[in-house]
Amino acid sequence: MQAFFASPNVDAALLASAIVAALTAAIGYFVVLRGLSFAGHAVTDIGLTGGAGAMLAGVNPLVGLIAFSVGAATAVGALGDRARERDVATGLVLALALGIGALFLHLQTTFANAQSTLLFGSVFDIAPTLLRIVAAIAAVALLALALMYRPLLFSSVAPEAARSAGVPSRAIGFAFLIVMAVAVAETAQIVGVLIATALLIGPAATAMALVREPLRGIALAMALGVLEMWLAIALSFASFDWSHGTQSWPVSFFVAIVALGAYVGARAYARARAA
Amino acid sequence: MSDAAAAVSFANVDFDRGDRHILTRITFAIAPGEFVGIIGGNGAGKSTLLRLTIGLLAPTRGDVRVFGRAPHGARGSIGYVPQRIELDPDLPLRARDFVSLGVDGATFGFPLPNAKRRTLVDEALADVGASAFADKPVGRLSGGEQQRLAIAQAIVGRPKLLLLDEPLANLDLSVAAEIVETTARIARERGITVMLVAHDVNPLVGHMDRVLYLADGRAAIGTVDAVINEDTLSRLYDRPVDVLRVRGRIIVVAG
Repeated sequence: MQAFFASPNVDAALLASAIVAALTAAIGYFVVLRGLSFAGHAVTDIGLTGGAGAMLAGVNPLVGLIAFSVGAATAVGALGDRARERDVATGLVLALALGIGALFLHLQTTFANAQSTLLFGSVFDIAPTLLRIVAAIAAVALLALALMYRPLLFSSVAPEAARSAGVPSRAIGFAFLIVMAVAVAETAQIVGVLIATALLIGPAATAMALVREPLRGIALAMALGVLEMWLAIALSFASFDWSHGTQSWPVSFFVAIVALGAYVGARAYARARAA
Repeated sequence: MSDAAAAVSFANVDFDRGDRHILTRITFAIAPGEFVGIIGGNGAGKSTLLRLTIGLLAPTRGDVRVFGRAPHGARGSIGYVPQRIELDPDLPLRARDFVSLGVDGATFGFPLPNAKRRTLVDEALADVGASAFADKPVGRLSGGEQQRLAIAQAIVGRPKLLLLDEPLANLDLSVAAEIVETTARIARERGITVMLVAHDVNPLVGHMDRVLYLADGRAAIGTVDAVINEDTLSRLYDRPVDVLRVRGRIIVVAG
């Protein structure tokens, strides 16, 4: 563990992953509340194609991730409730997007380890510029979420009453999808596409099982997100030794395990407390 | 009463959906502080009438006024309890959080702790008799309890007009009676005008000032005795209607 804190890349890894984990958990609270888990997953997967396309074109994958995620979120928003009814069409579009993403990854030659970077992230290889960009995007996204917090909560919980009180529900729902797309895109850039959804849903669902009060629930989700992320990084770092110094296991794997474990534990605790 | 002084006035209001006439030439005025029950069968246009009042729908023809203004402009003075409140059992909100949305749920910006909001919420919870379960998870409460909270959410912003869409549906008779009593008491104490939609007139008798009876998109308004009789309802339905009074209950048989 001493080596862990001595490593120069670890500071940047801890900071960047904390930022994306906190942001994604806060957004995830509303994703769970609004029943958008599948949409969140779809937007993340389509972001992969954007990231791969950007790599093929020789630009920063974050640009492609954000562009495609926001595009996908716009489509989900335009379809509205019909998206859920047309799950065959959605599934096919998703499969097509992933197929194209695979082709892009196959064709591109500019970036070494492109697949691994997109799928599993590059948490131990974060340039100072990227860190600043990630922090700035997260700040803007969190500010947007704070601004729309009350109308978003009202329209998520009591849509009819909210509309009658003058909440522009459709516009709010749309704006939220865009913020979600940006958040998962930059999370995918840091921890990989495969695991962005775990950070989106896991900490939020865990916090909801423990705390029934929105603001405290969101704060707990953010804290859990950061802790789960850090624990996953520490485990990934430690796994280097388990495999006799050949290769560390991916952070994604540990995030998934830790997030699932926390959720199952929280549900069991909540049930025991209620009984 | 002139229409300008009315809480709610409809003047020759038609509402069509495609080729169907949902409401036809509806004209009435409700005085401030009045409790009006809106009664009719399925598809009679009751919910449409409420949605026109709150401006969620616009009339095809005619004019709707709320406190002399277009419904849209009167939104701040209207509290609305929608149909079918079924909250997810896992909804991560306490009863008081749910009610609090009625204070400033439509406001943008981060909510800072606010003593005034807390006072308003506590008063509304007490008024509907929900203080005892104020800190319970809202999704785990019974239908009647959730209905009380929906009313608290609608009155917490101090509206002058309260609209309730089928608040008694799916409730036991005794619970329905309590909801009506609570609503009538709050309306009296707070000086709120009430329009309450129901398919059965009986729970409202003795609590409402007038009844607005809808049949086939047309309306008759007046006291219970003036409206729910065989002459008036036969004219409204345009076919023979029997009104039976059995053990203090009113039964309308429209053939």
